[in-house]
Amino acid sequence: MLNLFSLKNEQKEQGGDGSGSGGATKGKKNSAAQLRITKDINELELPKTCRTEFPDPDDLLNFKLLISPDEGFYRGGRFTFSFKIGPNYPHEPPKTKCLTKVYHPNIDLDGNVCLNILREDWKPVLTINSIVYGLQYLFLEPNPEDPLNKEAANELQANRRLFEQNVHRTMRGGSINGVYFERCLK
Amino acid sequence: MEVDSNGHGHTGGDWPNRWSHLSQVLTRKGPFSHPNFQAGPETLSLVRDMVRLCIIGAGGLGCELLKNLAYMGFRNMHVIDMDTIDVSNLNRQFLFRPNDVGKFKAEVAADFINRRIPGANVKAHNGMIQDFDEDFYRQFHVIICGLDSIVARRWINGMVLSLVTPGEDGQPPTGVIPIIDGGTEGFKGHARVILPGMTACIECTLDLYPPQVNFPLCTIAHTPRLPEHCIEYARILLWPKENPFGGEETSIDGDDPNHISWIYEKALERANHYHITGVTHRLTQGVVKRIIPAVASTNAVIAAVCAMETFKLTTSCADPLNNYMMFNDSEGIYSYAYEAEKNEKCLACSRRTQTLNFGKTKKLQDLIEYLVNQASFQMKNPGLTTNIEGKNKTLYMPNVASIEAATRHNLKKTLDELGLTSGSELVVADSTSPRPLIVKLNLED
Repeated sequence: MLNLFSLKNEQKEQGGDGSGSGGATKGKKNSAAQLRITKDINELELPKTCRTEFPDPDDLLNFKLLISPDEGFYRGGRFTFSFKIGPNYPHEPPKTKCLTKVYHPNIDLDGNVCLNILREDWKPVLTINSIVYGLQYLFLEPNPEDPLNKEAANELQANRRLFEQNVHRTMRGGSINGVYFERCLK
Repeated sequence: MEVDSNGHGHTGGDWPNRWSHLSQVLTRKGPFSHPNFQAGPETLSLVRDMVRLCIIGAGGLGCELLKNLAYMGFRNMHVIDMDTIDVSNLNRQFLFRPNDVGKFKAEVAADFINRRIPGANVKAHNGMIQDFDEDFYRQFHVIICGLDSIVARRWINGMVLSLVTPGEDGQPPTGVIPIIDGGTEGFKGHARVILPGMTACIECTLDLYPPQVNFPLCTIAHTPRLPEHCIEYARILLWPKENPFGGEETSIDGDDPNHISWIYEKALERANHYHITGVTHRLTQGVVKRIIPAVASTNAVIAAVCAMETFKLTTSCADPLNNYMMFNDSEGIYSYAYEAEKNEKCLACSRRTQTLNFGKTKKLQDLIEYLVNQASFQMKNPGLTTNIEGKNKTLYMPNVASIEAATRHNLKKTLDELGLTSGSELVVADSTSPRPLIVKLNLED
């Protein structure tokens, strides 16, 4: 155990120089959240189908992820996701949206993504890398069981061929059920 | 017992025998006394005249804390709260009255205590904890938190950690200001004692905090079963799409009745469609503001524990809680204390700081080569960031292509040209270590 007040006295004896060195670093401390995100970003190990874009390299809290699947239904397309990391990271997950309009069972037309680790199953031990892999997996294995775009999910379950055709049509720039999808082929 | 015979110079207005109970504890040793404890009137005057406490939050816990600590005899206290009083606070935040609604919590609470308890000297700060700097927090002996926010806990945790100076050659650290953190959620609560740098800190145990309840998005979108699912549908999916209050993406304000009414109506519509019952205006506000009903008795228990720990820490009259107590009275009463362990990889309290002397005309490239080649570092591919005048700056990050391209030109710049000065702290992340190293620069000509 420490004795608070003997410590307090020592602090006083140190006097000016103690507070002086404190003053030099004033306002320059890096928060634990900032350290954690720096580490996450520095240790990103992206699969070759993914790359990141940082509009402002000094701001590690806002960036884009581009996924270009090289197999599966979405091969040849390019999909952009926005990442926003809040001050309570990693207690809270980053906010992630799909900026490319996509015909996908687990992504709705407004870009909301249904991926468990983005919401109900997020844990502080997960990293940005976990989310990147989760998103990439969504393109390899779209999951019709937990749909966000119900039409797409129904199609995938009812007729895989037709679903695949729909995916290709939308990626080339075309309409499904009156909704226009912009071209997103590489 | 003659109490006031050993009291000296305290302000008037004390009631008879005001100090008799404290004296019984503080003027003699007991079987549970801490070895550092010095029995005698000095310790009593310590409580009354010398100790300065900072109470963060003047809400459910804060009102209890201020009352407990002031009646216990602590006089010099500061209280910080950014909130104003809401009508729904009045059932348990007993320092507030109906005509205080709308006023600052800190101010009203401080005034009440100062009026009611002779000698009390509570200073109110209507603002955010982030408004104050190291010099402000350094004046306190103990900081007691009655917060409902994890962000705020993490911030004050980082602040007290930055005040600690590690002791050299096995000496104890200096500048240690303990945090006593209380928290409640309905019938559950915790109290913990943090000796920054010495025992588990907030960041060490971050995964102890219950995560926010988030429903799967697909359930909200297509298979709602609960009234909450319908409210979340209106909040998460409809609001951004319809942006009902115009302007540039107005964000939801849980205290704006128009916003809540809009969400309530949309949620009700959806609930009717799915034959779900239970969507009410009150539940809507509860879900949007993530309100967990506060229970006055839980607050009272947790605040009492925190006040007791403050008393033990400041007087050394008994061993403090080591270091985490949980409490649950949802079914019967359950309480348990255990020692939360320090996380050796903690990004806040186990941060490694190393001072590095380097020429200010040396280039960033030279610094990176030094970190790679020097035997004591032996890094592989370090990424460096810093903070200049409160703004984050990425100096160089080799592993992320877009950042590498945007920061490559920094390699040829001198440390001086990059805006680095003596005392600048670099965050160095490298695959050779589970946590970043903080390098404190000492620039030489």
